[in-house]
Amino acid sequence: MKSITTRNTLRVIILIVVASVVIGPLLAAFFGGFKGNSELRTNPLWLPDSWDAGNYIGILLDGNFWRYLGNSFFISLMTVFLTLVVGAAAAYVFSQIHFFGAKMILSYLLLGLMFPFAAAILPLFIKVRDLGLLDTYWAVILPQTAFGLSLAILLFKAFFDQLPKELFEAAYVDGCSYLRFFWSFTLPLSTPILATVGVFVFVQSWNNFLLPLVVLNDRSIYTWPLGMMQFQGEYLTQWNMILAFVTLTIIPAVIFFLAAQKYIVAGLTGGSVKG
Amino acid sequence: MTTLDRTAVPRRGNADRVKKGLVSGKFTALLILLPPALILFSLFVILPLADAVYYSGFSWNGYGAPSDFVGSQNYQRLLDHSVFHTALWNTAKLILVSLLIQMPLALGLALLVYRKTPTNTLFRLVFFLPYILAEVAAGLIWSFVFDGDYGITSSLLHAMGQESVYVLADHQWAFPAIMTVIVWKYFGFHMMIYIAALQGVPKDLVEAAKLEGAKPRQVALFVQIPLIKHAIVVSGFFAIIGSLQIFDIIIPMTNGGPSNSTHTIVTYLYSFGLSRLNIGFGSAAAVVLFVLAIGIAFFYQRTTGKGSKA
Repeated sequence: MKSITTRNTLRVIILIVVASVVIGPLLAAFFGGFKGNSELRTNPLWLPDSWDAGNYIGILLDGNFWRYLGNSFFISLMTVFLTLVVGAAAAYVFSQIHFFGAKMILSYLLLGLMFPFAAAILPLFIKVRDLGLLDTYWAVILPQTAFGLSLAILLFKAFFDQLPKELFEAAYVDGCSYLRFFWSFTLPLSTPILATVGVFVFVQSWNNFLLPLVVLNDRSIYTWPLGMMQFQGEYLTQWNMILAFVTLTIIPAVIFFLAAQKYIVAGLTGGSVKG
Repeated sequence: MTTLDRTAVPRRGNADRVKKGLVSGKFTALLILLPPALILFSLFVILPLADAVYYSGFSWNGYGAPSDFVGSQNYQRLLDHSVFHTALWNTAKLILVSLLIQMPLALGLALLVYRKTPTNTLFRLVFFLPYILAEVAAGLIWSFVFDGDYGITSSLLHAMGQESVYVLADHQWAFPAIMTVIVWKYFGFHMMIYIAALQGVPKDLVEAAKLEGAKPRQVALFVQIPLIKHAIVVSGFFAIIGSLQIFDIIIPMTNGGPSNSTHTIVTYLYSFGLSRLNIGFGSAAAVVLFVLAIGIAFFYQRTTGKGSKA
């Protein structure tokens, strides 16, 4: 029989091996950003000979880098804002107001849960172009919001349904209108679910590649994934520069993840989080 | 203006009116709150999908109104195109790898780290990290790892006295490399779903099994895994729908090459539809993707017997 300590040693060894494979490429990228290209060629994995931050500083001093991040940030923020407002408003209607056809309209809005975004990309390009929105922030914000609505409405409605019924009845008896109740009670009471959905929508928008690739051509409006591919096209085999650029985009993602992990984990495990 | 006055005595009958849904401002509320969602959703989700079906009947470069109706010709061309066959087969491989390698790996690791201890939390965060990175960023880093001149795989091969391999330019290795990256990127997501479910399994059931003399492997196989079946079903659904839509990672790694051997359905419809402005032809590929996604979703719900609401 294996003793408990042998078993535990085995377990720790497995975990460390997997963790190294997971982290290894990321650390190599971080180290690689400090290296010269010839050093990188002979030493792709380990610590650099000297911690020369020249590559990193060069990118940070280039206005394009900040422009790409700024574009992504604005687009993500607006997508979150719209998804929360529009999604919560609709979810509130289905949760609180009884009206003819409610079930059918809800099923219609939830259809998006099954639709692959990529299947709509060609007609979306045509639609966005015909609306005169190509090369604008809205070309990314509006379709992203639309495709995020189904899941948002599903999660919001589930949360609104669980808010105490007595509260609603008391408020309405006191003459509170639906609109006012939505604004003064439902939204403030729902901050946990708003935060969870908001964090997810933000990450998805921040990382989105296909839609911006299709609807943005003007470099000045590029989001950072497009900017990064542009950068890669310019530097081709200068891997040290490319790795520095990639690392700089990963750092904000990691910080955001550590700050918002409570909501990210909650979102994965059923969308409910305790305040 | 209506203000909330706690001292006001409610008029008789108001409670009834509430129960019947006759509260003031019902229609105003409906008219203000519902249309934004309906309009956005119809305009940017439903209409484009309907358009895809319509466009797929035309030979059309996207300019002017589609007029050159070709019937099912675009679909015929798809079926005859060997690159599309490769794309379908590659997408199928991604689904299989996700279900048969990624999910068991995630489940095994979840069983190792689901208990709440500080070291476990650290490992969980590390394993989950790739999931939050942008696919393009992950794709670029791994292009470096697999690079024939600079990469880590090459330097490992050199250390073993072998020639360097240009993994991503190699017919045989390019797609397995992509599948490796996809497992690396997404296993943490599935692991998190399993961990949440495992933490919900009643502790006394596990303890009871152990008292009966069950080994950890037996506890996992006969107690824990059956009890988290629902989470496994849900994660399987995500794995399939996600695999159908893989695009971002492929573009920086191989862009569909070498000689079109690493296309998926989505990179195919991008390269052969949008890039070359064959809107009709690309739409036919999109319709195939759409039908596959819906078909698989229904089939999956039928066979697993559970709703896939997440």
